[in-house]
Amino acid sequence: MKGWRPPAPFLLLLPAILVLAAVVIIPLILSLYSSFTPFRLTQPASLFTLIGFRNYARILTDIEFWTAFGRTVLLLTVALNVEMLLGLGLAMLVEKATRGQRLLRTIMMFPMMFSPILVGFQFKFMFNDNIGLVNNALQSLGLTDQAIPWLIDGSLAFFAILVAEIWSSTSVFAILILAGLLAMPKEPIEAARVDGCTPWQTFRYVTWPFIMPFAYIAMTIRSLDVARAYDIVKIMTDGGPAKRTELLWTLVSRTAYADARMGLANAMAYVAILLSILFTVYFFRKLSAARTQIAAEW
Amino acid sequence: MATVSLEKLVKRYGAVEVVHGIDLEVADREFIALVGPSGCGKSTTLRMIAGLEPVSDGNIKIGGRVVNDLPPRARNLAMVFQSYALYPHMTVRENMGFSLKIAGQKPEDIAPQVEEAAKTLDLTHLLDRRPSQLSGGQRQRVAMGRAIVRQPDVFLFDEPLSNLDAKLRTQMRVEIKKLHAKVQSTVIYVTHDQVEAMTLADRIVIMRDGYIEQVGTPEDVFQRPKSKFVAGFIGSPPMNLKDAEIADGQVVFANGDRLPLPARFRDRVTAGQKVTFGLRPDDLYPAGHGIHSGEDADVHKQDLRVILTEPLGNETLVFSDFAGAEWVGRMLNPRRLSPGEALPFCFDLSQAHLFDRESGRTLRG
Ligand SMILES: Nc1ncnc2c1ncn2[C@@H]1O[C@H](COP(=O)(O)OP(=O)(O)O)[C@@H](O)[C@H]1O
Ligand SMILES: [Mg+2]
Repeated sequence: MKGWRPPAPFLLLLPAILVLAAVVIIPLILSLYSSFTPFRLTQPASLFTLIGFRNYARILTDIEFWTAFGRTVLLLTVALNVEMLLGLGLAMLVEKATRGQRLLRTIMMFPMMFSPILVGFQFKFMFNDNIGLVNNALQSLGLTDQAIPWLIDGSLAFFAILVAEIWSSTSVFAILILAGLLAMPKEPIEAARVDGCTPWQTFRYVTWPFIMPFAYIAMTIRSLDVARAYDIVKIMTDGGPAKRTELLWTLVSRTAYADARMGLANAMAYVAILLSILFTVYFFRKLSAARTQIAAEW
Repeated sequence: MATVSLEKLVKRYGAVEVVHGIDLEVADREFIALVGPSGCGKSTTLRMIAGLEPVSDGNIKIGGRVVNDLPPRARNLAMVFQSYALYPHMTVRENMGFSLKIAGQKPEDIAPQVEEAAKTLDLTHLLDRRPSQLSGGQRQRVAMGRAIVRQPDVFLFDEPLSNLDAKLRTQMRVEIKKLHAKVQSTVIYVTHDQVEAMTLADRIVIMRDGYIEQVGTPEDVFQRPKSKFVAGFIGSPPMNLKDAEIADGQVVFANGDRLPLPARFRDRVTAGQKVTFGLRPDDLYPAGHGIHSGEDADVHKQDLRVILTEPLGNETLVFSDFAGAEWVGRMLNPRRLSPGEALPFCFDLSQAHLFDRESGRTLRG
């Protein structure tokens, strides 16, 4: 008598399924589960008490959480827009370069090669009120004679973080948009010039529609990134001073480890993921629409 | 409507000069074809006229006004590109109306003009499609429509038909001819296909390596080529061109074979002169199968051996052996010939050409 044998494709995929389960699915389920418990690292037994949606209900009314949430959305919005504009400008300049373009492209990628931790330290130093480059430069230029407390004042610190974020990620936009510009056929631009377009109109009606999908790809990638904005903030201000630069992920990690309330932190994390997914879906929609428009073949 | 003048027009890319000071006068409403082999500078010249390439030296005048430093948009031209260069994200309607929109016309004024052009080009049912949903021929027509709608002073075409298959090309050639008759604008048409140039143009400009070799009507360049290059370039199949020397009042080929010196050249050559002898396939035919009766004074008759034939139905191209080389002749009212067969051929020397071998210039007055 023959026993049941699983189909061959399943057997062949089994190792992959097992690995995926071990490193992705099980931790995900575990963290989701723990968001329904009052789990504290200091009281392991609390992992087995179910409290339903109490953690989530608590988040809903938590001012601190919503402040961090709002700040994250603000950071995302400002950072993405500025990065996109700067990236576009940079890409167009590099595309114009007839000589040394490869070198410029490589240089443009440098910020991406730095780990965010390093970027954090680098900007923490630059914005230091006593020994930082920024104050030093401002003072040498005679623009101010004070030591501006960049990382201490709440909105200045937010600005400093924004600068660091933008510095480290503008190249994502620049590179993707440059790829778009290089892939773009040149004749439609010439046709537009003959058709009577000024340089601005050529950009507005011909170039931009073509590179828009590339900008949306960058947006999609970056929207996943900024919603995880953690390292740079952690290093530069650690959410301080007095929680004035707290973002979702610094708040989550503080709740999980400093306050040891793992269950609550996990619930927060799931709300944050939701935010990230919303952004991503939004840009993905835009991307599909833009792609259809230029009839892209990819 | 406008004239176009090129005066000592030069184009340099860095140290390399690709257009060497050409002069050309294009009359109002004239259809001019720029022909020449690939890389001879046709596109470069056209793009300078369009304003897409800066002029290195000399002048371009449109309607008598020097336009060297004007951007393309200030020149009121329309250009049809080889790759069509349609705007991929716009529908056919938007593509065709784009220049009017840029010019600031109202949508309700643009619509009828676009519809009108679409009707002329049989594009009405495609107006809401995007370029990616069109066939090559349809894209080509949209590109033409975009140019017509603009009502430009001058139309510029850069090899507009070379991406189409042979049948469509013939069809579009006719369309372009009809269109020119209708819109009555000045046209400068670049092509490497001499048939297109011959069939479309009022005058043909033959370019070679950045120089103009000859400017003339299709009859001119066909019947009175000024150089060996033009003689070989215009006409299909190309003219038989064979090197020879003048001796004893005869044309003597390298292997010693001879032809009488055509009457027209009798006092234009000297003994011992090195020449190139040219005879079109139409003027070399089996006796009784030519355009002419073969009984004229300046016809030389000689038996030749057939190497190969290419029957085309109404005529046959006959490749035969003479003077140690292959000569192509055209046989009207053809009958079957077999390779190796020898038969009497007529050389119509009244139509023959002689060129100086060194300079390539014609020896005719
Ligand atoms: N942007 C450029 N830079 C350098 N050389 C060029 C450039 N464009 C064209 N050329 C050269 O100019 C010559 C004429 O080119 P073109 O006008 O395109 O010829 P065609 O008659 O085939 O249209 C060619 O030898 C080509 O290599
Ligand atoms: Mg060309």
